Parts: sequence; structure tokens; C-alpha cells
Amino acid sequence: MNSETVENTLTIRDLKLWYGDFEALHGINLDIQKGKVTAFIGPSGCGKSTFLRTLNRMNDRIPSCRIEGKIMLNGQDIYDPSVDVVQLRSYVGMVFQKPNPFPKSIYENIAYAPRIHGMVKDGPEMDELVESALRRASIWDEVKDKLQQPGTALSGGQQQRLCIARTIAVKPKVILMDEPCSALDPIATAKIEELMDELKEEYTIVIVTHNMQQAARVSDYTAYFYLGDLIEYADTHTIFTAPANQKTEDYITGRFG
Amino acid sequence: MNEHTVKRFEDELSELKAKVLAMGGLVEKATKRSMNSLIKQDAKRAHKVIERDHAINALEIEIDEMTRTMLALRQPAASDLRFVMTTIKVVTDLERMGDLAEDIAENMLKTGDHPLTQISSLQSLSDLVLDQLKEALDAFAKGDLDEAMTCIENDKKVDEKFKSIQREYLTYMMEDPRQISAGLIATNIARDLERIADHAVNVAEMVIYMVKGHEVRHVDHETAAALVNGTLQDET
Repeated sequence: MNSETVENTLTIRDLKLWYGDFEALHGINLDIQKGKVTAFIGPSGCGKSTFLRTLNRMNDRIPSCRIEGKIMLNGQDIYDPSVDVVQLRSYVGMVFQKPNPFPKSIYENIAYAPRIHGMVKDGPEMDELVESALRRASIWDEVKDKLQQPGTALSGGQQQRLCIARTIAVKPKVILMDEPCSALDPIATAKIEELMDELKEEYTIVIVTHNMQQAARVSDYTAYFYLGDLIEYADTHTIFTAPANQKTEDYITGRFG
Repeated sequence: MNEHTVKRFEDELSELKAKVLAMGGLVEKATKRSMNSLIKQDAKRAHKVIERDHAINALEIEIDEMTRTMLALRQPAASDLRFVMTTIKVVTDLERMGDLAEDIAENMLKTGDHPLTQISSLQSLSDLVLDQLKEALDAFAKGDLDEAMTCIENDKKVDEKFKSIQREYLTYMMEDPRQISAGLIATNIARDLERIADHAVNVAEMVIYMVKGHEVRHVDHETAAALVNGTLQDET
């Protein structure tokens, strides 16, 4: 993190979050670098998913949820009242734990969002965008002959890549992934991990994972959360070979709880 | 440090450490015994060292197998990873030390009917080397950085002693050509001891890596000391 060419896509300052009276995040400060994969790890209930969901304001939908602090996306405060949340979520896309394709055709799964955002018109232009998104999610070859079939008919791993393609289709800057492989077999997992490696050339990726080996394999930087605090944030090599903090050490080595 | 949630892993790590220390104990014993065979002119002791080297070799294989299994099944991380990596390296050094002790015993047997006289300097070299070996093994057993640094520091004394022994025996050989074969055997033994000390230093350096996560191999002593006491951060 000492290079001068570092460009931060997301800058988080003193972020606190409450669910009602419960303070779930106690002042998080973190810079997420452009074009890198950043992994959030930590035991259940540590706040890592909550934190991930603040990055595209998914927590807005929870009435009792309140936040303080700043999250800057390319210099702009995403909690500023002038921000259009729908627009924000097209910049900061999200892939969830369980693949959740729309109950529509594979083609429509991709075309739906670009159409409502008015990005392209139906026709050859849309065909091109659908193909390019499916290609970049490494699923084109598997679905090109059945674009009109329902997305839900695909295997779990294919569905997850379809969801990634759907996210890519609106040309986001950041892709948030919340346990994207926990419902997938090792081969499908490997495909997603390979895909992340390719995608980080164009996108900033943030992943929450319970699989520490996965965090070690796919990420450039790792942040360890515990009880609502960011305990340690460093390059992944350091976190997994010689973490500075004893709490991180205990968690990484399985001496936890 | 807290215990692992997976008790079996905790047990495996303890067992691994115990095996390495047992191997270190055998190497210490072999080195002492080979020197005693020389001092007491006792060929039986020398034969025993040679016969028992296989136990050291067998432990090397056994420990290698354990670490391989652990890497495959447990994917150790952080301090556990550094411990397992250290074990892999240390075991190779210990095995080489065992071979060198065996070589001392073989050299002793070569003296045959003409035992080495004037071995007090070899004896004091072996005292230094055995101290260093003990420091290295203690450092590994306790994860003790001070002990590891002492071991590394003491290598200078061993090197000086080794050089002075070479000069000493060179003088004997020049004075009296009948001393040449004995002189060569003595300098061979001195070299074996000096190399055991070098392997002890390797062990101590790995202990520093194990405890601190800093690489101190192939750096000068001042840099190593600065890395150990935290006044310098390494760039790895």
C-alpha cells in the first residue's frame, strides 16, 4: 500500500452504523483500491456483511438502520441527499450468496437493467451488450444457444455467473460480492474465482467470504472484522503469513473461540 | 497463545515440535559421542554414532511426511504456516548435522593405532559448537529470539577458533611430516564442527522467521538485530 500510484475507488471515514440501539459498526476507516480485489473476513456477526451493504446503501431498506460517517465513491459522498440510489447501485453492483436470476429468459436477465436505465435500445445494440456481458462473465459459450430459456434452468454455478453478467451489464465501477461461492461446488467456485481475477482489470471488487482459503486465493487486500471493528487491514500476503494483530492471528490460524 | 478450535490440529502441531526436538536431541548426542570417542580414544563410541545415524535419517523422513500431510489437510496460516515452514527447513539442517557427526566418528576411526594427540583446541571448538546447537534448539523449543540471536552471534567465535585450529595443525604438519595424516584428520574434524555450527545458525535464523515473520538469512548481523527488535521493517 506504499506505491504512489494508488487510486482509491472507495474511501470510508469514521463509519458508524446502528440497528435501532445496537451499534453494529464502531467507526470504520478504510480505503478500497481501484482495480484490486479486497476481501472482508471475520466470524459471523462481526459486521462485514453489514459494512459491505453500506457501500451501495442496501441498508437503506432496513427502517431501524442509521449511519454516521462518510463513504466516498470517486470523491463523491454516496449518502449525500442528492445521490440517486438507483444510479448508485448501477455504479456499485452486488452479487449475493444465493444465485438469484430473475424468473425470465437468460437474455432478459441481462437486458432488463440496461433497458430501464435507458442505456441502449432493444435490437442489435442490446444483443451486443448481452453477448459482451455474458462473455465477460465467462458463460457465453455455455448459454449462447439457449438465450431464450429461463435463467433459473441453469446450474447453480451458471446462475451465479449469469448474475455476475447481469451486474456487469450496467457497467459498474465496483462489484460487491457477498459470499458468492458458498452455495457452489468446487469447480463452479474455481470458475468464479478465475472470473474475479479477470474482472479486476476493469472493476474494483469487494468480497465477503467465510472461506479463508478463498480470501487468500482471490484477494489483493484483506480486512479482518471483529465485533463491529476493523481489526487489521493489509495486503493479503501479510495477513496470511505474518499478521500484525494477535486477534487476526487467532482467527486466521483457527484459534478463535 | 490460545488453542486451536480443532483439537487434532493442536495435537499434530505439538507432536511435530516434539519430533523435531527429539531429532535435535539425537544430533546433540551424536556430536557429543563422536567427540568423546576422539577424546577417550574409544572406537566403540564412534561405531555407535555411525550405527545410530539411521535414527536421525528416519526422523527426517517421518517429520517430512507429517509436514506434507499438514500442508495438504490443514492449510496452516500465519504463525502456524511459519512454524511448519521452519520445521521443514530445520529438519534438513539437523539431518546434515547428523551426517557431520557421523563424519567426525569416521575420521576418529581413521586414526587407528595412531590416536590424535593435542586435541584440546578441538575440544574447546566442540564445546562452542555444542553450546551453539543447544541455543538453536532452545530457541526453537521456546520461540526465544534472544537465544536465537546469541546463537548467531556466537558463530564468530566458532569461525575464529576454526581458523586458529587450521593454523595450529598446519604448524605441526610443517614441523614434522609424520604428523601430516593426523593433521589432516584433525582439520577435517574441525571443519565438520564448524559446519555443524553453520547449520545451527540456519536453525536460529529460521526461528527468527518463525517468531517474527522477518527473513534474516543473508543479511548482516546489525540488520538482523534491527529486524528482531523492531527498529527496522523488512520489505517482504
